[in-house]
Parts: sequence; structure tokens; C-alpha cells
Amino acid sequence: MSIGRTRTRTRVGQYVALAAYVVFLGFPLVWLVSTAFKSTQEIALGATGLIPSSPTLDNFSAAIEKANMIEAGRNSLVVALATTVLTVAVTLPAAYGLARFKTILRPITMGWVLISQVFPTILVIIPLFLILKQFQLIDALPGLIIVYVVFTLPFCLWMLIGFVAAIPVDLEEAAAMDGAGRFRILISIVMPLLRPGLVATALFAFISAWNEFLFALVLIQTPSKVTLPLTLSRFVGAEGQVQIGALAAASLLATIPSLLFFALIQRRLTSGLLTGAVKG
Amino acid sequence: MTEAHIGVPRVKPEDAPPPQRSRPRRTAGLDVWLLLLPALVPVALFSMYPLLQGIYRRCTGAQAGLNQVTHFTGLENYQDLLKNDLFWNSFKIGLIWAFSVTFLQFVAGMGLALLLNQDLKLRWLARTLSLVPWAMPPVVVAILWRLVYDPNSGPVSGVSQALGFGQLNLLGNFETALPAVIVVGVWAGMPQTTIALLAGLQSMDDTLHEAAAVDGAGAWRRFLHITLPDLRPVIIAITSLNFIWNVNTFDLIYVLTNGGPGGRTMLPMLFAYNEAFRYGHFGVAAAMGNVMVVLIVGLLLFYLRSRLKGVDK
Repeated sequence: MSIGRTRTRTRVGQYVALAAYVVFLGFPLVWLVSTAFKSTQEIALGATGLIPSSPTLDNFSAAIEKANMIEAGRNSLVVALATTVLTVAVTLPAAYGLARFKTILRPITMGWVLISQVFPTILVIIPLFLILKQFQLIDALPGLIIVYVVFTLPFCLWMLIGFVAAIPVDLEEAAAMDGAGRFRILISIVMPLLRPGLVATALFAFISAWNEFLFALVLIQTPSKVTLPLTLSRFVGAEGQVQIGALAAASLLATIPSLLFFALIQRRLTSGLLTGAVKG
Repeated sequence: MTEAHIGVPRVKPEDAPPPQRSRPRRTAGLDVWLLLLPALVPVALFSMYPLLQGIYRRCTGAQAGLNQVTHFTGLENYQDLLKNDLFWNSFKIGLIWAFSVTFLQFVAGMGLALLLNQDLKLRWLARTLSLVPWAMPPVVVAILWRLVYDPNSGPVSGVSQALGFGQLNLLGNFETALPAVIVVGVWAGMPQTTIALLAGLQSMDDTLHEAAAVDGAGAWRRFLHITLPDLRPVIIAITSLNFIWNVNTFDLIYVLTNGGPGGRTMLPMLFAYNEAFRYGHFGVAAAMGNVMVVLIVGLLLFYLRSRLKGVDK
């Protein structure tokens, strides 16, 4: 009887704790959405209710107009897509080579992956700035794309090597016996089997490029070339108190693509794990 | 004989016949280089080379670093740093920030992971919510919390006003700015901590727990004597990584407070950024970067050592 009671008490405690976590994690998100739909007057009056008294879409149009959202969104999209395509194109052969051949490059690469994950960006960014300047890649989207490819590459490589290693070698050996060349094997045998890994890598590259801020801040100056995080950060400085609703709306719009892509990755990863479990 | 036997499965069929051995090996080596070349060239040019430059630059007095003959000044940059109060202030704030955020991330993440490992209703909601900060651009996370902390229209100040304490400007107040920012850091870093710990919990063997429960050990004692020691490698890995990421934080603070008020939230990376790109003191910025690297490398060594110890056991 008493054991039952302590168990119920534990359960209640657990639910209280879970509720506290849900509030801590979820409340700021709800607040962002709520602020995005509040009218300027309501915000100015300091009304701190959770539900907007007269929901409006004005903030979204103001955000699109004043925060340079369309142009910045297009720049962000171009940069993120180019980064994704280039990263996958460069990572795929490298991951295949490193997973399939024993070479001294493998421990070196792994060491580099570790270093690149822990190094303060600020230390690299100054010399990088000067090098890019020599190539006239400062204040240009191609320069930003190159930098993003180089800095998302290590983690993508590490991820993809794991996926390649999971594909049985027998298949490739059979194809080689039938006379298929190395390139042919890569295209028609490895690629199709590697699709989940490629999707995960691509989405990771996309989100990284879409969210990145520091490189863009240092490398981009012209207003017509800014990315979304940049334009958002400038909007904070320039408009301050007055445009809080528009700021929330702009942030919400900028988050939607990465949230969508993240949801995609998640499903991919879980389905990948599930199929692995079934086969195992 | 045994050695050869062990060696066989590792060798690819094309390498197997002994007479042809050396030739295919070499072409395979060339293949690897060709496959890696597209990745190697940009990484070497735009990441390894600048890194080496950055390390070299710390020892030269390069200001703005453009077309200037740099001369080797050795440790002069560091002597300047030692006398720079702002630098030490920023370094101190960075350590307080990194230690508190990492510690709180661990405690909060552990609590959530333990809850998510239980069979509770609405678990999916907490799990999904705990992942969201990961997918958001850090700039948006910062804006989000600026809205929450806003003295005029934010809910925190609203509650304070309703309770009769008047407006509350957490980010603008000397005493509260750093703690307020630390809360944001914990919020933003919860996902990876929780997921790593949850994965560790789920891969644990239940039999020990059950045996201990039968012997009458309470939940707390089982946690202390079974769960924690079992999770040790995961805990060390994720807290070391968290610490390094926290030391390197930039975006969050840049948008939240930009180091203010009065430098109370001036984290080292923001300090270095300001030195380099606002005042043109590239050498000072690089020196600050190097001090942080020494700190990080020290921590990595500690991490690797305790990992090796764990393996020995």
C-alpha cells in the first residue's frame, strides 16, 4: 500500500518536472509567435498577455518591407543551396575514398575533423579575411559559399564516412568482377545505397549555411548582399523598441526553412535507424 | 600462419595475389588522392593555411595586417595583454559563462534525459521542444530572448510589474545581465546535451538496476552508484564539447547584449571580434584567440586522458 503511494507520488513529481521543462523550452517559442501577431499599439502599451487582443498580419508586411527580407532571403537561399550542392559533391568521393582504402590520410582527416570542431573561428577568420581579399572574394556571395563549404565539410565528411562504411563491400567487388570501373561503381552501386546518408549530409550543410552568422558578419558589407541572420541582427540594432512586432515576424519567417529541414532530417534519421534495426 | 590468416579478410581481392601486390596498391593510393583532391584543396587553402597564419600572426605586431612588413615580436603581444584590464575582465567573464552554462546544461539535460527515459505521457512534446533550439539560427534565439526579457512588453517584466516590483530590465542591469544571458545559453544548448545523455541512458543494461532495486536500493542511490558511473564516458564527452562550444560563443551575445551593459557580458570571442574588426588590433585579437586555444587544448587533453583511463578500467 505504502509502496503504491510513494510510486504515485514519484509519478506526480515526474509530471510536474516534465511540465516545468515543457514551459521552459516552449514558452519563449510561443511568445515569439504571439508577439509576431500583436499590433504595434498593443506592444507599445506594454500589454503582456499571451494571446494577441486583435491578431494582425501587419508585422509580417512591415518585416518584409523594412528588414530587407526578400533580398536577404534570396541571398540566404542561394548561399545555402550552393553550399549544399558543393559540399555533397566534394564530400562524396572523399568519404568513399577514406572509408574504402587504408591510407595515411584517414587518421589525418579524423584529426582535422576534431580540430575544426573545437577551434575558435575568430582565430581563423582574420587570416582568412586577408586571403579572400587577395582573391577578391570579400563582400561577395561566392566567397561566403566557399567558406561555408570548407567549414561544413569536416563534419559532413565524418558523417558520410560512417554511412559508406555501413554498405557491404561485397556488392562493389561483384560489380568490379563484372568489369565495372571505379567511377561506374560509385555512381550506380554506392550512390543509390547511400541516399539516406546523402540526404542527412545535405540537410546538415543547408541548415549550417542558413543559420551561420559570424562569417557573414565579417565578410559581407553591401546591404544588397546580406543574408537573413545578418539582416535580422541589423534590424535589432536599427529599429530597437519601435519595431518589436516586425522583428518577431521576421525572426519567425527566417526560422521556418531550417525548422522544416530539421523535421525532414529527423524523420530520415529515425527511418534509417528503424530499417537498420529490422535488417539487423 | 595465424598472422597470415588474420590478414586475409582485410586485403581486397585485387590486392590478394602476391606477385601483383605492389602495383595495385600504388594505383589505389593514387585513386584515394584523386577522390580526396576536391575536398583537400579548398580545405588546405581556406582553412588550414589561415589557421597556421593565425598562429604565426600572434607573434607579429600586425595591425590591420595589410601589406605591412611584419616583424617578429615574440611574446610582446602577450605582455600587452597581461596589462590589459579589459582583456582580463573579458577572460574572467568568459570563464564564469562557460563554467556555469556547461554545468547547468549538464544538470538540466540530465534531468530531462532521465524523464524522457521514463514511460510518461506527453514525452513526445518535451522531446520535440527540446530539439527546436538546435534548428533555430542563433541570431533568432537571441532575438527571441530579447523579446522575453524586454522591459516594456516582455513577460518577465510583466510578471514583475504585476507583483508590484516595477519594470525589470534584466539585460540592461549590471547585476542581472550575465545570469540572464546564461539562462539563454542553457536554453540554446539543451538539445545536444539531452540527446547525448538520453542515448547513453537507453544503451544501458537494465539488469544491474533491477538487481539493485531488488536489494532495496532507492532511486537516488541507484542513480549515484549505477547510472552515473555507467554514463561516465558520455558525460565527459558531452560536457567537454559543451565547454568548448560555450567558450567559443559569439552570435548569441552579439545580438543579445553586444557585451553590455558596461562590458558585463563581454565574452572573449566578442572581445576579440571588437579588437580586430572595430579597432583594427588584429594582433591582440589573435593573441586572445591563442589564449583560448591553450585553454581548449588543455581541456581536450584532460578529456582524452580520462577517456583512456576509462578504457583501462
